[in-house]
Amino acid sequence: MFLRFSQTLLIYFLLFSYVESAESGGMPQLNPEFWFSQIFWLIITFGIMFVLLSKLVLPKISENLEVRKAQISENIEAAEKQREESDKKLKEYDQLIINSKNEAKNYFNKAREKILKDVDKKRENLEKEINEEINKAEKEILDLKNKSPEKIRKISTETSSDLIKQLIGVDVNNSSISAIVEDVSKKVN
Amino acid sequence: MASNPMYQFNVYRIGPEIKLGEIDLSFTNASLFMVISSLAVLIIFNLGSKKNSLIPNKIQLLAELSYTFVSKMISDTAGSKAKPYFSFIFSLFMFVLFCNMFGMIPYAFTVTSHIIVTFVLAAFIFFGVTVIGFIKHGFGYLKLFVPSGVPVVLLPLIVVIEVISYLSRPVSLSVRLFANMMAGHTMMKVFGGFVISLGIVGGWLPLGFSVALTGLEILVAFLQAYVFAILTCIYLNDALNLHH
Repeated sequence: MFLRFSQTLLIYFLLFSYVESAESGGMPQLNPEFWFSQIFWLIITFGIMFVLLSKLVLPKISENLEVRKAQISENIEAAEKQREESDKKLKEYDQLIINSKNEAKNYFNKAREKILKDVDKKRENLEKEINEEINKAEKEILDLKNKSPEKIRKISTETSSDLIKQLIGVDVNNSSISAIVEDVSKKVN
Repeated sequence: MASNPMYQFNVYRIGPEIKLGEIDLSFTNASLFMVISSLAVLIIFNLGSKKNSLIPNKIQLLAELSYTFVSKMISDTAGSKAKPYFSFIFSLFMFVLFCNMFGMIPYAFTVTSHIIVTFVLAAFIFFGVTVIGFIKHGFGYLKLFVPSGVPVVLLPLIVVIEVISYLSRPVSLSVRLFANMMAGHTMMKVFGGFVISLGIVGGWLPLGFSVALTGLEILVAFLQAYVFAILTCIYLNDALNLHH
């Protein structure tokens, strides 16, 4: 603003000083010698430029811009279409994954149930067998337990008769010895 | 020669004298720079419109940016009705801009620093706009001078003022451009002269000023071309869309 103002002042100063000085002839702009030449050449140059620009150059630029605009909007449309398609595909893919996951889960569950059933069955069988074995063993033990006192008595009677025979060389009556053994074993018990 | 800051505005004959009767139509340095400017505009925009690639190269980008810039300027100020006048306003803007810019080259001649050139352009615009106004609206175009909502008592005064302001349009339009260009170039010449006369000791300050002024003048060269074009658009808007 200040620069413009100072410039204007300076111009006024210059103008006045040059208008006053006779030799410089003032502003060349006010000398009409070449006015018609300037007007003539202005009309020619500007006219030719205007005609060529408006007939040849500007329509081309405008066409270029239009073509580009159309091309870009076409491309955007195509891109949008492709995006929609890819969205659809993505959804299908997701659905597929969910389905297959469910299927896999089903298979897994089925397999687990089957295995559990099998295991139960086998365990039952095994338990049955084990119980049978246990019963058998218990019976045997019971048998052994029932038979053992008699055997022990027999052995102890024989041992005692053998001992007596060796010690004193006398055959003792078996029945008396067994009576004594019974007596002793009762006392021990 | 160099000491006179107005010397740069001198017009002189280049080549033979061409006379049409009494009228001198010789080719001058002013004519030369008109030819250079218009040729530069044609060459640049022709190059910029030749190839149509989706991704524009530099010169195509320049041409297309200028195109959209002027087209936006017109549609913003004068609306869609001004579209048929686009190529004229585009040519006008580019011609003035290139003349201004070529004037910034040292030893070049500034076509637009001559009142006769700017006045012929402004007068042509003035008559063109007036004719368009009368064609579009008939005598209703005279309503331009009668603003609505003004008290009847003031009307005679307002109408006179409006008529004077309308008639002074070509003068203000041409003088604005011419005075700006002349003032800037004179200033630069004066400071350039100071650099020489103050020599190696004191010449640095005016040199710095000269550099700063060059930047300012390039801005002014663009700005004045823009103002010239946008005022044309505004006048055209008055003629096309009469709503005063």
